[in-house]
Amino acid sequence: MRHLLSTEDLDKADAIRILDTAEEMAAVSDREVKKLPVLRGRTVVNLFFEDSTRTRISFEAAAKRLSADVINFAAKGSSVSKGESLKDTAQTLEAMGADAVVIRHWASGAPARLAASDWIDAAVVNAGDGTHEHPTQALLDAFTMRRNWARINGTASAGTDLSGMKVAIVGDVLHSRVARSNLWLLRTLGADLTLVAPPTLLPVGVEQWPCSVSYDLDETLATGPHAVMMLRVQGERMNAAFFPSTREYSRRWGFDDRRLAALDAAGARETIIMHPGPMNRGLEISAAAADSPRSTVLQQVRNGVSVRMAALYLLLSGESSSAAPTQEAQR
Amino acid sequence: MNMPGAASPQSSRVVLAEADIDRALTRIAHEILEANKGSQDLVLLGIPRRGYPLARRLAAKIEAADGTAKAGEITGQLDVTMFRDDLKRQPTRAPLPTQLPASGIDNKVVVLVDDVLYSGRTIRAALDALVDLGRPRIVRLAVLVDRGHRELPIRADHVGKNLPTSSVEKVRVRLAETDSVDGAPVNEVVIEDWSA
Repeated sequence: MRHLLSTEDLDKADAIRILDTAEEMAAVSDREVKKLPVLRGRTVVNLFFEDSTRTRISFEAAAKRLSADVINFAAKGSSVSKGESLKDTAQTLEAMGADAVVIRHWASGAPARLAASDWIDAAVVNAGDGTHEHPTQALLDAFTMRRNWARINGTASAGTDLSGMKVAIVGDVLHSRVARSNLWLLRTLGADLTLVAPPTLLPVGVEQWPCSVSYDLDETLATGPHAVMMLRVQGERMNAAFFPSTREYSRRWGFDDRRLAALDAAGARETIIMHPGPMNRGLEISAAAADSPRSTVLQQVRNGVSVRMAALYLLLSGESSSAAPTQEAQR
Repeated sequence: MNMPGAASPQSSRVVLAEADIDRALTRIAHEILEANKGSQDLVLLGIPRRGYPLARRLAAKIEAADGTAKAGEITGQLDVTMFRDDLKRQPTRAPLPTQLPASGIDNKVVVLVDDVLYSGRTIRAALDALVDLGRPRIVRLAVLVDRGHRELPIRADHVGKNLPTSSVEKVRVRLAETDSVDGAPVNEVVIEDWSA
């Protein structure tokens, strides 16, 4: 692995290797000394052209736990607002000696452009690009699901995939890079995925995707999914009316108190409720659901640091020669 | 003759057979007990992959000889991948689990166990890994084979067999827990000659 750009072209062996490495990284967080010396003297740049709290902090914590030096770059207040291009920004970072660039960009494909160009030698990690992909989020979701799936089956999670697990992803699929990254990764890991959304919030061509599609959340919940992931309604990307009112949305596609009670009544004790954050409480998820023991929101944040440590470790350790096979070459 | 680039050695010979390995481990187990004046505070940490099965075998022998120590409670595994000094020169390695005994390692007598002692760099990494996990009272080193060619000031306290080797030779330890030849688990130590 040279770059981590998408989960679509991540093969199963690499995906499981990242998740297994993340298990060992998680063990480090429980130790007295929560730091490993593997990336000592390496520099990781967080290049964020779009707002973010948890992803940026998570990458920063991950890099610091591996002893790397971290430079944070936010487009706001930088020369980007003076009109500097991605190329010039990237070459500036290269000149400062960045070994890895963690990039979030509003344009789909910006990380791939950076990785494919000869502007920089650094490893590129996609931390979310437009409505394309957010691979580390999908990996941390899969890590969280795998731990819970292993707990349900009474096995150890290392080395396993998600075959047999039923997952529902609910909400604003159209604007969600998290849903797309999860879709490909869950396919690779063998889970059974259902997307639930109003027809207006599903992309054109969704019938080609390797998943089933439903417009009715209650119907999907009745089939007993093992994990229900609620997506954030991305108001900032909506320039048209996709649903009549927020009230109607939360009633039909939100995880509200009524659905939480129905899940308890149906005896689905192991079903977890996931959310990539930030949550719109009261819209796609009710406060009671978000704070219930089923909710894995905080587990996901914790696992995010472990998964990002694993990704940075696997990208930056190992031979620094260009002979190492790239993700492109493996396709 | 070997084809150029073919992955097979010029010659190979077995230097320790199953019975020899067992005898060496029995002796090391008694040496550990003697040096420690019993099994109190003893912790055996095996370095993956083959140090761990060796640590378990030693612990079983210590339990049989001493009686007060429970083998399962004094054995653990110490992964040193993250502390190696050759991470940038080798292909990426995935780390393996580190498992410590429930009693921890603080103020214990920790015996590191590995199969082959060569440059000493693995043991240096293990010492660094240990410091991040706790503060043992004493750290000792037990290896099945010492083949020389040290690159660091490190020596073993307990050695199964000293094997003078040349650096073009490879020492292969095969243990039934981790290795098999033609589908059958084997216990042996082999020296392979890889000179051109």
